[in-house]
Amino acid sequence: MRFLFKTDYEDDIRLFPHSGYVVSYGILLAFLVVAPFVLSSYLISQLVFVCIYATVGVGLMILTGFTGQASLGHAAFLAIGAYTAAYLQQYNVPFPVYFLAGGLLTAVVGALVGFPALRLQGIYLVIATISFAFIVEEVLARWESVTHGNEGMRVKTLSLFGQAVPQNGPTFYFLCLGVLILTIVGTLNLLRSPTGRAFVAIRDSETAARSMGVNVSLYKVKSFAISAGITGLAGVLFAHKLSFISPEMFTLQLSIEFIIVILIGGTFSLHGAVLGAIFLVMIDPFLTYLKDDLPGIIAGIAATFGAGKDTAANVQSNVAAIASANGLKGAIYGVIIVLFVLFEPLGLYGRWLKIKLFFQLFPLYKRATFKRQKIYVKSERNR
Amino acid sequence: MTYFRADNLSLHFGGLKAVDSVSFAVEKGEILSIIGPNGAGKSSIFNLISRIYPPTSGKIFFEDQDITEQPAYEIAGLGIARTFQNIELFENATMLSNLLVGRHRHSTTQLWQELLFLPNVRAREKAHRRSVEQVIEFLDLEVYRDKLISGLPYGVRKVIELARALCSEPKLILLDEPSSGLNVEETGDMSFWIRDLKTDLGITVLMVEHDMSLVNRVSDRVIALNYGRVIAMGSPSEVQRHPDVVAAYLGA
Repeated sequence: MRFLFKTDYEDDIRLFPHSGYVVSYGILLAFLVVAPFVLSSYLISQLVFVCIYATVGVGLMILTGFTGQASLGHAAFLAIGAYTAAYLQQYNVPFPVYFLAGGLLTAVVGALVGFPALRLQGIYLVIATISFAFIVEEVLARWESVTHGNEGMRVKTLSLFGQAVPQNGPTFYFLCLGVLILTIVGTLNLLRSPTGRAFVAIRDSETAARSMGVNVSLYKVKSFAISAGITGLAGVLFAHKLSFISPEMFTLQLSIEFIIVILIGGTFSLHGAVLGAIFLVMIDPFLTYLKDDLPGIIAGIAATFGAGKDTAANVQSNVAAIASANGLKGAIYGVIIVLFVLFEPLGLYGRWLKIKLFFQLFPLYKRATFKRQKIYVKSERNR
Repeated sequence: MTYFRADNLSLHFGGLKAVDSVSFAVEKGEILSIIGPNGAGKSSIFNLISRIYPPTSGKIFFEDQDITEQPAYEIAGLGIARTFQNIELFENATMLSNLLVGRHRHSTTQLWQELLFLPNVRAREKAHRRSVEQVIEFLDLEVYRDKLISGLPYGVRKVIELARALCSEPKLILLDEPSSGLNVEETGDMSFWIRDLKTDLGITVLMVEHDMSLVNRVSDRVIALNYGRVIAMGSPSEVQRHPDVVAAYLGA
């Protein structure tokens, strides 16, 4: 076991607490750099989606994980970023400009959503953000002169400094990876400075934060703006990746997917956003696989256990009907959320920490280490 | 010309007069305790001063400035820090980041500088850290630096809350029942620290307290409240002998 001997305040400030971190993140980075030249184009495409979802996850983590303000409207922020890109692209605006414009515009909208949200907490805030997402969805469908309504908009191939960057090529992958890494570093910087601490303070006790001199309203709006801005940046990349956008892509289900990203990853750390994104992107091909192959497998099992040919065919068609039922995906997402909230509230990253601690302390690990304890009743009086 | 002054302060919830035209003054550098039975309005007075509640009527002055209309988050900026009766720490953060939030009123860096973590942010962070470290040493909290609050015992949390208030380098500190939930030994420590606040750090202390031994040990003056009104004011022994105070606690 490693014992950290701190001799300088710098030891608590730096991003990599010790050389072990540098080594493991170095290996990860090397793998990610080599990846597009080794992996199949399908996997690279999945990795691009992981980067985009993880970027949104980091944005949502700032708002929900660190400031404690739930949001089910992040699909709308993604849409605003995506549509800004598609719209400005028509006027031959260069990529860096509309990329930043997408982020900025979304940040402004995020701040505007933040103001009415100041007076709301918990479930009411969730409802407010859902309504905001519906409004945006409706505006996108109706404002045809700008958004082309339900016909959607075609997004041209990205061109960066005169070079075409196709959305399936390695350059686009590196662009998304770069955006993700910069977002993570920026967020980590924020978290180790007064603003990040003010966010956490608001999450844990607004009364105490206020009496410590934190302007709670201002920081909530800031949190909304930063979170939305990051999501907007991801939206620009999202538009390019899909090369076609229409209002029905940015529905409540997408917002729920973002919640899944942070909930399943673990809402207390940025690692969670990345792990959650990997989980979510990888579960989709898995579900498709189940849908295609599960009926056959079950029919095969039924046949092995003596079911007749007709019965087996019957079973197969029944299972196939269930597997391709409308809204099954949403139901499965719901089950996943419930299971995680019940059995692994700290998410995948929490599980990883437990495994790590198990090996670090072997054979002294005890389960109670991660048990949530409630020692005293918090004052509700000053709410 | 007083350091801190409350003028005819009232707080009514409908017909209930939680605080009923209370006036008192705090001299610079003294320790003033507010005592009274449960529901006498002690904590309400604190919540009025830290602007969690707006007063129904009356005014509050600090250093000859009217702070009655100041927003709550600016009270800390003026140099008034407080602790809470039921502890309001940031549960899911380490003690260190809790204390660093106490430094919030001294932070000067801009958001974009923080995103890039420019050298000036780094330098500010180290400076914050240095002054937090002084408070940690003052209150003997070295062991708990990187511990999460949610895993710490009640008595330690109480001290950490005092530490967080001290990190903001206040001129006036409001202590809401500093000894509640502490054992005899911890209460003893607390009384020494409160004395040190006054003598070593020159901080003026306004304190709500039930433990009369602590009140007697540290207070310069005592105010007794009952039903939102001041019933006695003076030295600890005077107030304890005052017939109205005796009646309030024991019944007439």
